[in-house]
Amino acid sequence: MSETGIGKSVKRREDLRFITGRGRYTDDINRPNQAFAVFLRSPYPRARIVSVDPSGANEIEGIIGVFTGKDLAADKLGDLPCGWLVKSKDGSDMKVGPHPPLAVETVNYVGEPYGVVIAETLAAARDGAEVVVTEFEELEAVVALDRATKSAQIHANVPNNLCYEWALGDADATNAAFAKAAHVTKLEISNNRLIPNAMEPRAAVASYDAASQEFDLVTTSQNPHLERLILSAFVQLAPEHKLRIVAPDVGGGFGSKIFVYPEETAAAWASRRIGRPVKWTAERSESFLTDAHGRDHLTKAELALDKDGTFLGLRVKTRANLGAYLSTFASSVPTFLYGTLLAGQYRTPAIYVEVEGVYTNTAPVDAYRGAGRPEATYVVERIVETAARELKIDPVELRRRNFIPPDAFPYQTPVALEYDTGNYGASLDKALIKADYTGFAKRRADAERRGRKRGIGFSCYIEACGLAPSQLAIQLGAGVGLYESGEVRVNPTGNVTVFTGSHSHGQGHETTFAQIVSDKLGIPFENVEVVHGDTGRVEFGLGTYGSRSLAVGGSALIKATDKVIAKGKRIAAHMLDASIENVDFAEGAFSVRTSNQKLTFGEVAFAAYVPSNYPSTEEPGLSEKAFYDPKNFTFPAGTHIAEVEVDPETGAVEVVSFVAVDDFGHVINPMIVEGQVHGGIAQGIGQALMEHGVYDEAGQLVTGSYMDYCMPRADDLPNFTIDTTVTPCTHNPLGVKGCGEAGAIGAPAAIMNAVTDALGVVDIPMPATPERVWRALYRA
Amino acid sequence: MYSFDYHQPNTIESAAALRADAEDAVYLAGGQTLIPTLKQRLAAPSDVIDLAGVPGLTGIEVKRDSVTIGAMTRHAEVAASPEIAKAIPALAFLASEIGDAQVRNRGTIGGSVANSDPAADYPAAVIALGATIHTDRRSIPAEDYFKDLFETALAANELIRAIEFPVPKRAAYRKFPNPASRYAVVGVFVADFGGGRVRVGVTGAGPCAFRATELESALSKKLEPSQVDNVEIEYDRFNSDLHASAEYRANLVRVMARRAVAELLAS
Repeated sequence: MSETGIGKSVKRREDLRFITGRGRYTDDINRPNQAFAVFLRSPYPRARIVSVDPSGANEIEGIIGVFTGKDLAADKLGDLPCGWLVKSKDGSDMKVGPHPPLAVETVNYVGEPYGVVIAETLAAARDGAEVVVTEFEELEAVVALDRATKSAQIHANVPNNLCYEWALGDADATNAAFAKAAHVTKLEISNNRLIPNAMEPRAAVASYDAASQEFDLVTTSQNPHLERLILSAFVQLAPEHKLRIVAPDVGGGFGSKIFVYPEETAAAWASRRIGRPVKWTAERSESFLTDAHGRDHLTKAELALDKDGTFLGLRVKTRANLGAYLSTFASSVPTFLYGTLLAGQYRTPAIYVEVEGVYTNTAPVDAYRGAGRPEATYVVERIVETAARELKIDPVELRRRNFIPPDAFPYQTPVALEYDTGNYGASLDKALIKADYTGFAKRRADAERRGRKRGIGFSCYIEACGLAPSQLAIQLGAGVGLYESGEVRVNPTGNVTVFTGSHSHGQGHETTFAQIVSDKLGIPFENVEVVHGDTGRVEFGLGTYGSRSLAVGGSALIKATDKVIAKGKRIAAHMLDASIENVDFAEGAFSVRTSNQKLTFGEVAFAAYVPSNYPSTEEPGLSEKAFYDPKNFTFPAGTHIAEVEVDPETGAVEVVSFVAVDDFGHVINPMIVEGQVHGGIAQGIGQALMEHGVYDEAGQLVTGSYMDYCMPRADDLPNFTIDTTVTPCTHNPLGVKGCGEAGAIGAPAAIMNAVTDALGVVDIPMPATPERVWRALYRA
Repeated sequence: MYSFDYHQPNTIESAAALRADAEDAVYLAGGQTLIPTLKQRLAAPSDVIDLAGVPGLTGIEVKRDSVTIGAMTRHAEVAASPEIAKAIPALAFLASEIGDAQVRNRGTIGGSVANSDPAADYPAAVIALGATIHTDRRSIPAEDYFKDLFETALAANELIRAIEFPVPKRAAYRKFPNPASRYAVVGVFVADFGGGRVRVGVTGAGPCAFRATELESALSKKLEPSQVDNVEIEYDRFNSDLHASAEYRANLVRVMARRAVAELLAS
């Protein structure tokens, strides 16, 4: 096998440009004659816009125009839509508060844009924005999630601020399970609001060509084709064929760049209005205020067990904060990406979950690394651990007793999903050895002697990646399909340009996808170039989120590559005067089974473009496209084990060891996978111990900078111990499952189980900050 | 950032004159507070007077009884100074714990002390060691210097030239950093001058750095970690925020003091 093939830790080819400052991000792009945009943002969590007086700004040199939501409305721009229609348990549609790109009548969260100042320079635009006089009439704001349904009404069409009351599972069967339970464990927990903090802030450079009536919008997007679809079909900015969206190098997204935001919409509109390119780059403060936040749940969960610890039923009631408006996929995150995961790795026969999606006067909340699945894992793994403590059963043993056994797959859960494969005991066993579980008692005693409290925590997580299949998802309310496109374009000289509809913003597709295609075609890795992130170059795509790129986008490339090989065989058979059945393709060469004749891949490619000795039935050229629609989700799963030590005097928590054994199916590039796991665990530890998006009672974001919003840093983390087990996915051609979110999904529960173990308490809310831990110890 | 006039004076006198003449001027030392403030348009000075080119404001002078550090001396230089490490190792350690490497390479002791951020590290040492703030016109004892949140005894255009620290018999600094900003939630500097004379400087807990006299009297009787345990820390005027309540800060004052004393005894 080649050193760059499938399964090899090939160094990421994109890193050379990234680490030498040669990446090309949106803000690096400048257009001739461009103007600059600065947005007018609400200082209030909820207010009526009485008047906007731009006269002061118009006196400043260099101001081109001040525009408000009314100007966009006058041009008949549509609302920013939510792409997933969730129905309440009574069958009614979710209630969608209108979301104009720039607020027209009312503003509903601090930082919401209601206008934009366009100027010759950024400084002039800033000066202009400062002197626009806006009169607001402050309205009562809804901030606290627990009281949100009994507060002022934010949207006229949404009584009680209730977007939907969704339910999944069999309520009667679950109630019956509780009725016969020997033991019921109850837990009230919260899942803290997070702020994504991609390294690169959101940005846009929009140009409109009046001659061709075409828009060119360069923006920080994880899915440029979806952005194009929404800006065309819903916002009505321009027809799809007149709109090109380019997402060049994008510096991290974690979900927050899936969505279509007001700013790039308004920048594109303004470029047409003023007839010049318009550029906008968020300041970090704007990112804190307006990038869609993540998580923010309040949950009551109950687990019914029989006397030997077998799970009988799980009942969950969750209130999810959606923020002031429904962001692009907000409605699906606490429902289809959350409730469906509540079986975890267990055979719990009856599960019932109810979710209230609630509006508040805070920034919109949407998918953030893991999106629903970390919240589900947190509920399941915290309550299982709590049950083990109550029943005085070893938490490992309790889990093992309830695992879905390897011979039970495919396994239909009571919450809609059918797991294709898995071996949960195998990853648990490996993790226990790596973590030296049997030595824990001694380590705890050692810590006690040093005046520190040591705890261990487990998290046997499962996730559903590569959201699928399209037909089912659309029946369940999805507004788009969930397939992916791929194109393998063989050039006449035999090198290959690969086009993928998924988008890399840190994941390393340019390397991984080149590995797959070069391996399949038996050509050098260097001969394959990967193109993504440009609706003008890539046919279609649904982008990158939910750990889908390899399982779905990679599978599309396999399909396209197979088509290339099939056509190559037909050409080779003609050239070698053999029947197609007798032509084999291996290691970059077409050979005839019945003779020693051979043609290289390059020779066949050349013949396809210079067709002299060529089959009359074939079109010239060697370029194939494929759309791949997965048959099912993939189900990565694994065991994370954390050990923490608490300093009882200060409440500081140190993560002293973290073991992750993950089953991602087959692995294409182990180094990249390890990097993904590292990043995910860091984010999971961040959620558990540090990160918290906090609004005060007045609705102001208190954690609006790195002075107060705590991101995990290298010295907050131990060296991770990482390993894998493999049960290949049964329904995609690579047998892969996805690895991008596992760390963020598994880690919070492992950490919090360890912290509560160390403290001897049932629960402490995330993040377990030093003061919270200290209070749990001394002021309980 | 708003526009301003930028000056690069080359004497202390011309710096002071520029500031006195300008409508609303500020001195720029290391810029670790000022530059972010300007970038966020939270300040709009008419003039910025960069002290980087003014001679006589940098350097470390160690005598038998004192360590004098020029106002424009970077934290990294203090942290790396072998002379300071010998004379007052706790001071070098404190400097090594400020911010991160970038901050330490730009930030200056004079800038920190002039700003009187309630969570800055240096003020704890200034207070505990009883330092003297030498300005372009006078010398101010530490106890008269810190007035309140971002308020000092400095007159409007007064410029710190150097800070002179008496050398104690031994000293130690312990801080509990804010997990987000890494500023001190609480930092405690304990200095033992011998003969039962113990001084304790606290930063982070109150509006500005202060002497913890309750701790001093307990530790002056007997310099032992356990002496701290029964001291009541008054926290009525302590800071209380998202990261730490006043009550929790009071606990941290005690814990950091105990740890500083233990460290000091081990040194």
